[in-house]
Amino acid sequence: MKELKIFGIVVVFTLALYWGVEPFAHGQMHKHVEGHGLVYDGSADIEEASKEKKEAKKAFWADVKKIAALKGDATAGEASYMMCAGCHMDGAANMGGVTPPSLDHAGAIYDKNFLIALIKDPAMATNVDHKYPNGTMAHPMGSVSAMVSAPQDIANVVAYLQAKKAGEVTPKEAFTEACGRCHANRYGKLTQLGEVPKTKSNIKTGQDIDALKYAQKVATEQAALADYLGTLPPDLSIIIRARSEHFLHTFIENPQSQLAGTAMPRTGLNHEGMEKVFAYLEETGDPSKPLREETGPKVLLFFFIFTALAFLWKKAMWKGHH
Amino acid sequence: MAHFEKANSIGEWLDQRLAVNTLKRVMQTEYWIPKDINFLWAMGMVLAATFGILLVSGIFLLMYYQPNIDTAFDSVNYTIMSEVGYGWLWRHIHGVGASIVFLIIYIHMFTGIYYGSYKKGRELIWLSGMGLFVAFSAEAFSGYMLPWGQMSYWAGMVITNLFSGGSLHADGLVEWIRGDYVPGQAFLSRFFMLHVLLIPLAIIGLIVLHFGTLRIPHVNNQEGEEFDYKEAAELYKAGKVKESKVIPFSPVFLSKDIFVMGVYFILFFYLVFYHFGFAMDPVNFDPADGLKTPAHIYPEWYFLWSYEILRPFPTDPGLIAFAFAQVIFFMLPFLDRSPNVAPASRRGAFKFWFWAMLIDMIVLTFMGKLPPEGIWSTIGLVAALAFFVLWIALPIITKTEKKL
Ligand code: HEC
Ligand code: HEC
Ligand code: HEM
Repeated sequence: MKELKIFGIVVVFTLALYWGVEPFAHGQMHKHVEGHGLVYDGSADIEEASKEKKEAKKAFWADVKKIAALKGDATAGEASYMMCAGCHMDGAANMGGVTPPSLDHAGAIYDKNFLIALIKDPAMATNVDHKYPNGTMAHPMGSVSAMVSAPQDIANVVAYLQAKKAGEVTPKEAFTEACGRCHANRYGKLTQLGEVPKTKSNIKTGQDIDALKYAQKVATEQAALADYLGTLPPDLSIIIRARSEHFLHTFIENPQSQLAGTAMPRTGLNHEGMEKVFAYLEETGDPSKPLREETGPKVLLFFFIFTALAFLWKKAMWKGHH
Repeated sequence: MAHFEKANSIGEWLDQRLAVNTLKRVMQTEYWIPKDINFLWAMGMVLAATFGILLVSGIFLLMYYQPNIDTAFDSVNYTIMSEVGYGWLWRHIHGVGASIVFLIIYIHMFTGIYYGSYKKGRELIWLSGMGLFVAFSAEAFSGYMLPWGQMSYWAGMVITNLFSGGSLHADGLVEWIRGDYVPGQAFLSRFFMLHVLLIPLAIIGLIVLHFGTLRIPHVNNQEGEEFDYKEAAELYKAGKVKESKVIPFSPVFLSKDIFVMGVYFILFFYLVFYHFGFAMDPVNFDPADGLKTPAHIYPEWYFLWSYEILRPFPTDPGLIAFAFAQVIFFMLPFLDRSPNVAPASRRGAFKFWFWAMLIDMIVLTFMGKLPPEGIWSTIGLVAALAFFVLWIALPIITKTEKKL
């Protein structure tokens, strides 16, 4: 039928138009970065490294591999963990520009190899060693390599984390522990200092002094972060709609792959950690998803029925016209 | 005052005071539409319906939107998207509507071009239609400023910069338009005013004019056939609906319009619920930052073809080319020198002109989005030149067209 043929032509041109301005153009605009399946063996770091650094990186990640093969003793690890807890404690203060995060779920959200690498040399593990030309000991957590250095000790601490600091983790906890010390999430009411406390204004003056004090503390923390990182990390409230899922995934896995030279460290998330962080980003950045999925079919059903009835009406109206 | 009898029904009461029966006859039951038309003739009503959807969803958004550079972003992305019940639905409807309305406008325009519906007697339909195209473009652009994201800011910067006129350096004009040296509060406030008041008013006025211009020449038909409407209407009224070449707008034509609208709404709401990303650029979900230029600045898809006419040339010729592209479609009824009102397929060289123009504009659209590098900028340049060649060729090929 002629009318269907015309419809077909319109559809073909429309789809071609869509293909050109969406998938094709975006594919050309953004460089394609392959993910590594959240395996942290340093292969990407070695590939990216300058000639002088290649050998050091190879040796570093080879050591990590050796330690990973050791059998860790969680009980023995508890004693070494006390070293970690010296910095990573509740209410820890900013040190060298950043506040050490809670390790309550470190065993659940971080990859084992990454944790080993992190204890050996935090700057190397997080792929920000380019920031420390005079030695990676200058990293705020750099001194850990002097405290826990024997391969077996490292294996033990990691075994301890995986045994005792694991357990069920909520999306919000995963975000707070892995990203929250640097990134605020204002739609989730999170600052770099954690949840925004509920405060009240003074009825007589109309001023909320506690809120002002809190704002000042946040501003101080942010200033320190900006000094440490060269820029204030962006608020991640709605980042899930501002970047593609693939970008976020590969960026979080290895920030240098997408933004060479960036100050953002690799966070070493494993599959569970990544899933939970994404769940939180979706909760604050795309909260309508569940309702959308619930309402969509109903609305479409309505319009299918509407169209079917309209078709019958049209047939009745045009009866005898041809 | 005129004498009024007591009315026996509400209909009669209204008819005495408003002549509703006459109105109904003139605008519906005896507004004659040719029978030989296809679903493309429903696009006008689809556009009217989409404008209605945009108006209603816009009113809902307006209840929570804050035109302030500090709060605009969060009032849209937080308040409307997560605090207001179904706010996300209104926003997605508005965003998808604003994008898809241009698809329908382009289909509607190319339908007019294909069937020669802009020719003698129908020039004003075309001109008022182009007025609507310009008004919708301005409406879409001003609306894009409102969330005050990175693309709002930078597209606003780039587009207003065009008014400096290249080496004319009319920076004063640019500042006058912005109300400041760079886009800021004054800029946002005035684009807010344009988007929610002045341009919608203009659009409503233009739609009324557009409908008015249709009444006397009547819409065209698939063969461009000219016939006696009076005679056809008498035939129809005498019950010879099969022989008559016309149908009444309501209910016969309308019943088909509504069916086409139904199909369109299925697509529309599929996009609203499952595929809205194309209508809401990711870059605009980063808040405006005057210190951080995005890696790629590009307009929404419906402006890409004219953007690509600007881009491949040096500043001054580029601006002239751009200005040319903005107005040239207005000239179509006067550049087409052939008296034939017929589908392009029957018009000899014009047939090739039509498809070449359509494909050229699609190619320009693609290139307008791609980064202007290597082969893309060459293709863009060729397509932009082809656009001009086609317009220069139009009077010549139509002048020599055989009379049908
Ligand atoms: C000298 C204080 C200090 C000590 C000791 C320390 N850390 Fe840290 N740790 C930090 C700081 C500061 C950061 C944040 C670094 C940054 O964000 O750049 C951090 C970050 C981390 C992270 C998060 C890294 C990521 O992927 O985002 C983990 C996990 C961690 N430390 C584990 C440990 C473990 C396990 C130990 C003990 C073996 C330990 N830390 C000892 C200060 C310390
Ligand atoms: C030690 C601080 C730090 C931590 C921890 C951190 N980031 Fe970042 N992040 C940054 C900095 C600094 C930037 C800015 C990068 C730039 O502009 O070079 C950034 C930027 C980003 C960006 C934006 C990239 C872009 O395209 O502009 C995203 C997304 C992001 N981080 C996600 C995360 C996520 C998710 C986590 C937790 C899994 C996380 N970050 C943990 C410091 C951090
Ligand atoms: C965006 C708002 C617009 C609305 C609401 C609208 C509405 C309509 C309606 C209801 C019709 C009659 C039915 C039909 O043929 O589809 C029509 C016809 C027409 N419109 Fe539009 N229109 C719009 C924009 C445009 C534009 C941008 C153009 C092109 C410049 C245009 C050109 C025409 C022409 C040439 C006709 C006559 C078609 C014929 O005679 O067959 N319109 N319009």
